[in-house]
Amino acid sequence: MKKKTIIDIRQLSRNFQVGDETVHALRSVSFAIHEGEFVTIMGTSGSGKSTLLNILGCLDTPTIGEYLLDGESVSAMSKDQRAEYRNRKIGFIFQSYNLLSRTTALDNVALPLLYNGFIGKTERIERAKQALIDVGLENRMYHFSNQMSGGQQQRVAIARALVNNPVIILADEATGNLDTRTSFEILSLFQELHKAGKTIIFVTHNPELSQYSSRTILLRDGQIISDTQNNSPLSAAQTLAQLPKTDL
Amino acid sequence: MNYWNLFYIALRAILSNKMRTFLTMLGMIIGVSSVITMLAIGQGSKRSIREQISEMGSNMIMVYPNRGRMGGVRMNSADMQVLKSKDFEDLQKECPHVNAITPQVSSSGQLINGTQNAPSTAYGVNEDYLTIRKYKVAEGTFFSDEHVKTYAKVAVIGKTVVNNLFNEGEDPIGKVIRFNKIPLTIIGVLESKGSNSMGQDQDDIVLMPYTTVQKRILAQTHFQSIVASATSESETELAIEEISSVLRRNHQIGAYQEDDFDIRSQEELVSALSSTTDMMTVLLACIASISLLVGGIGIMNIMFVSVTERTKEIGLRMSIGAKERHIMLQFLIEAVMISVSSGIIGVLFGLLASYGINFLVGWPVYVQAWSVALSFAVCTTAGIFFGWYPARKAARLDPIEAIRYE
Repeated sequence: MKKKTIIDIRQLSRNFQVGDETVHALRSVSFAIHEGEFVTIMGTSGSGKSTLLNILGCLDTPTIGEYLLDGESVSAMSKDQRAEYRNRKIGFIFQSYNLLSRTTALDNVALPLLYNGFIGKTERIERAKQALIDVGLENRMYHFSNQMSGGQQQRVAIARALVNNPVIILADEATGNLDTRTSFEILSLFQELHKAGKTIIFVTHNPELSQYSSRTILLRDGQIISDTQNNSPLSAAQTLAQLPKTDL
Repeated sequence: MNYWNLFYIALRAILSNKMRTFLTMLGMIIGVSSVITMLAIGQGSKRSIREQISEMGSNMIMVYPNRGRMGGVRMNSADMQVLKSKDFEDLQKECPHVNAITPQVSSSGQLINGTQNAPSTAYGVNEDYLTIRKYKVAEGTFFSDEHVKTYAKVAVIGKTVVNNLFNEGEDPIGKVIRFNKIPLTIIGVLESKGSNSMGQDQDDIVLMPYTTVQKRILAQTHFQSIVASATSESETELAIEEISSVLRRNHQIGAYQEDDFDIRSQEELVSALSSTTDMMTVLLACIASISLLVGGIGIMNIMFVSVTERTKEIGLRMSIGAKERHIMLQFLIEAVMISVSSGIIGVLFGLLASYGINFLVGWPVYVQAWSVALSFAVCTTAGIFFGWYPARKAARLDPIEAIRYE
């Protein structure tokens, strides 16, 4: 059975006007991501991966080309429609967590649902609790975000990305601020989510991390230079077990 | 989007920075409470003046001869022989909006009772005088029409006169005193009224039939003034017009000629006396409004800081699905919440300060509902006005840049 296509990008270009010069951040990029894939988008700085991420996350629109997310064309949407789409279809995870300080983990996780008029208070709390349980923070629900370790904060952020049950999770250097050990902990959490059927796009500049995903798209100068399937990804949990304990 | 959620979000933001919110509110609180207090003091003094004046009489209208020349000599208005008996009789008959009217002639002189004597002023009036000036007879009776017709040598005196001329415990009714050389039988004593707003003792008074003063003391046929009372405060203007037209007709004043009389009403006196307080009230309210404005700018300032400080948060909210109007509303609600709650606290402080001043310093205060409503409305409007621009700034942020803002 052919899996459902979540992301379909066709001949996508994005230009920026800097003074008199036109910068081509993305040049005619095409690819498709299907349900249940764990894709690493890799590239050095300036390769266009941030631009691609912004477009994938419906924060930006392409100059030329078509972007279909879950079957709908994002390019044609208005600002408000994109905001709503982000709310329903996308889970963002950022390098610097971006949690609200002086706010409990539960409230942080429930935040996206506040902007969804169809979800009442009870359901909101219920779903936020479930998302926190899913990332292993059932004992930290009422802790303030600024009282948590980096790893815990990123888990809260992941729970926040999961709470609206998105079709795609976009992680932007999600392990960039963490030490090696915690990075692998988070990575193994991503792998668990992947196993549970989530579609994940992991943007990074670290080539090492691509070994843990099922597919790697390599960007350079705004173009895809390779798109490879990885049929036997490494297990982050195993790597974690092999790490020297002195890291603690 | 459930818009109640935005209230919740804004409330959380306010509560997460209590000290700063409090300091921001302080400016507005001071502004609102000072506006209320200043207006209360202004209104209070205005009302106390009004009350004192209305004690002098009810809807009083005073008709004086106009100061004029008689053969090249500028005359005192009291000596102008303008107001005659016929004028008084016609006014009595022809003015439906006048419910009491009396001529008035006065003469000062020395009152003598045996060994005691005191200077006083004798007023020649009729019975209506009691109604017009709100006097009441405490003991004895007032003189009647009969007394007026017969130039009776009777008098009704005030408390001060009683104290001046009689020993304590002595009953003045029926006693004969002398005003200059004329013996007068005292038939009544007036209830005490105290001093009026200009410090005049209203009890130092001797009332006689106007005919008695005219014939026996002054030997004249004209009146110094005619005092009337309008049927109601709102009909004072009508009564003045009626009086004016009767007098113009009687005095044969042509259409383009100036009146030879002068009509003044109690209302004029009120507005003349309260014009200073009015000005002070406006001045104080202006100063207080400036502090309200400064408070409003304080809100704007803090909202700007808040927007800049929370750029990243705004970026996050946008990336997880907040629309522009959600961000806009969030900050607007925050600003309005701050201004409304400072408005409420300001109103309470204003009331407290007003009555505190009344209690401690004894100044008359009067808090008018409209002044509370006004300052509260201004405060809320200021919140929206000064919150608008920062909120728009927040809503216009580009989520891509905002989320990476450090």
